[in-house]
Amino acid sequence: MIAESGLIALWLAAALAFLQFALCTIGLTKGQDQFFAAVRPVAIAQGVLVTISFLLLVWLFIRSDMSVQLVVSNSVSMKPLIYKISGTWGNHEGSMLLWVAIMGVAGAAIGVFERTLKLRTLVTTLAAQAFISIGFYAYLLIASNPFERSFPVPEDGQGLNPLLQDIGLALHPPTLYIGYVGLSIAFSFAVGAMINRDVGPDFAKAMRPWVLGAWVFLTLGITAGSYWAYYELGWGGWWFWDPVENASLMPWLAATALLHSVTVLATRDGLRAWTLMLAVVAFSMSMIGTFLVRSGVLTSVHAFAVDPERGSFILALLAIYIGGAMALFALRVGTVKEGSQFEPISREGSLVANNLLLSAILGIVFIGTLYPLVVEGFTGEMISVGAPYFNLATGPVALILVAIMAAGPLLRWRRDKAKALLNRISIPVFLTTAALFALVLFTTTMSVLSLLGLSLAAGIAVASFAPLWKRNLRRTPMHTYGMILAHFGVAVALVGMASESSFTEEKLVAATPGDEVTVNDWKVKLHAIEPMAGPNWTALEARVTAQYANGTTYEIAPQNRMFPAAQTQTSEAALLTRWNGQLYVVLGDSDEQGRWQLRIWWKPFVTMIWFGGVLIALGGLLAMIGRLRRAVRQRKQREYAEEWI
Amino acid sequence: MKRWLLWVPLGLFAVFFAIVAAGLMRPKDNIVESKMVGKPIPEFTLPAAVEQRPALSNTDLAIGEPQMLNIFASWCVPCIAEAPQLLELEQAGVKINGIASRDTPQDIANFLNRWGNPYTRIGTDVRSIVQLELGSSGVPETFIVDSKGVIVHQHVGDIRKEDVPELLKIWKDAG
Repeated sequence: MIAESGLIALWLAAALAFLQFALCTIGLTKGQDQFFAAVRPVAIAQGVLVTISFLLLVWLFIRSDMSVQLVVSNSVSMKPLIYKISGTWGNHEGSMLLWVAIMGVAGAAIGVFERTLKLRTLVTTLAAQAFISIGFYAYLLIASNPFERSFPVPEDGQGLNPLLQDIGLALHPPTLYIGYVGLSIAFSFAVGAMINRDVGPDFAKAMRPWVLGAWVFLTLGITAGSYWAYYELGWGGWWFWDPVENASLMPWLAATALLHSVTVLATRDGLRAWTLMLAVVAFSMSMIGTFLVRSGVLTSVHAFAVDPERGSFILALLAIYIGGAMALFALRVGTVKEGSQFEPISREGSLVANNLLLSAILGIVFIGTLYPLVVEGFTGEMISVGAPYFNLATGPVALILVAIMAAGPLLRWRRDKAKALLNRISIPVFLTTAALFALVLFTTTMSVLSLLGLSLAAGIAVASFAPLWKRNLRRTPMHTYGMILAHFGVAVALVGMASESSFTEEKLVAATPGDEVTVNDWKVKLHAIEPMAGPNWTALEARVTAQYANGTTYEIAPQNRMFPAAQTQTSEAALLTRWNGQLYVVLGDSDEQGRWQLRIWWKPFVTMIWFGGVLIALGGLLAMIGRLRRAVRQRKQREYAEEWI
Repeated sequence: MKRWLLWVPLGLFAVFFAIVAAGLMRPKDNIVESKMVGKPIPEFTLPAAVEQRPALSNTDLAIGEPQMLNIFASWCVPCIAEAPQLLELEQAGVKINGIASRDTPQDIANFLNRWGNPYTRIGTDVRSIVQLELGSSGVPETFIVDSKGVIVHQHVGDIRKEDVPELLKIWKDAG
């Protein structure tokens, strides 16, 4: 009965989405505002129902209800509870249900919390949100019903892809999805603003916290995903430029650009059309990313179920939503008046540069991701665009971007002088130059990109705090601290990336128990290989000790796991984290003569990559809280003043 | 701003749409054809995989008559599926040489006992080095070589009942 209840809740939620859309449209076109009163409750009810539907699916997975097809193909009863739960979204149908659930909750959240938007814009926004939801409800109910029963009922399930049985997976997709789908709010806001020609600072201020919220989750999701790929795939890399990774990076790039342009719109009433476009593009990239991943149109190491019928369905949705929004943009934005003007050397100027460079990176990643598809279409040849292209093409642009990031916050709005800027930024420039000289003199292994990256990071780390110079620290607004933290996080991540790519040491050996290998300051010794058994796997585990130069010895145990239910093998890397880096040990195959393949990396400061990512997200969170607090305070003041009058 | 600029995003999206729609409509063909077809078998020597059959090197594949070279493994389920067809080919007079990929002698022996042994010679390719040199990307795969040891045909995947006549024809024509 649980499965049927879940399906009913889903149908009801879909019906409510339709009702929400109808109420808004009738109210807007007939000019009958009394319809609007019902919109908020309907949006909230829809959010509640779709959440119930999702939770019921989670419940089915927890109970290992093998009468449900989805549970059969993605779960197995002998599996830890946490992976039963995460199995809910570790598959196509479940993840799409999570998608609409977040979409519904986002709509409900607008209904509950949004207080600053003009009524007609708000109603149009909720109509747009409902309209998008309807498409995805239809997709779920028609093409991928998660609650389908299985006949006959098998004794046990087929298990979850072992690579996905990991705590990283339990958290990474939901976080990413909240970010992905959260961007739908910005999309709907933009549609609302375009239809009502309501584009200005008030609109931007209303949209900004929502964008920040989605962006924080997106940042965390990407950071977590990168770390998960790093330790779970056992390849020692942290970013592979895989289509699935790019699918999450592209919305982030657009959202980051949006975050900055919305500030220009809020503060200076500039970049109106551009901000609207970015709001549309950001969520479009989320949908395109999902399409690319789910349709199987691109081949990737993250091989998900391939089903051209589903692909065509999502593609049709893309055509309606993205095509519709872009057509609306072309028709309406011409009638939106241009905002205020500014000089090239100004805060706005630097933010425009930021936007253009982010868009350039977005374009490079987009083209690189789709290129194999184009080549296959024209020549029939199968190619893959790898890391060399992406690194070479995005690297220099990214470095210019972070250099501007250091200078931008130090510029005045509207107009500034280049000479004054140079004064303000002299210390960071000096630091960068000094670091560059030192690195050129004392290192030999660094690539030009890493060299520039590391020297820039030194300057940016200091420059990010420069906006606090000569300011009253207690009166500096919270969102400024947020910006500082996020920019500092970029510097931290940059250090990690440059250091990892230049100073990593790698050894690949065939070792017999008793052998010792020296990697950088570590002496790694293989003691024995022993069989192990876990709840749903068996493994060969290597007993390894690693001794650091200062004499401290650590015990680690990399594994080679077999998952009988899925007939798959995974390698569980052993990681040893010190403040100055990570030792990464992978156990490979045996050569049948008593020797075992051991792959050992020493990666100095690699953890700073993800630490930086978390700092960036925290910065966004701080900015969001600061903005919200200020908005609440201003509303209270206004209400107070109105009472007085 | 120029009005036509506003239509650029929609235009770009239309291009994207056309590309992926074409990609979706095209049937997925994941078979990687070897670049070695039309070229002589590369030089290799592999030790014998089991006691009952001799070892295999490239010279054994250029003996003045066309032969087949089947790459298989005991852990590969499609290899079991194609076993009857290999026996049928052997009955028809084809000399079939085997390369066991990433396998152990014991497992290979068990596999041959259970599913039949159509092979004249079997080499064991523990790290699939020879397999990669042949341009084969998986198991099972079957090559047909002519009398001089030049690869004339590659069959990717298991040999089905309906493939047998065509393979026999290619084998005969190679003579």
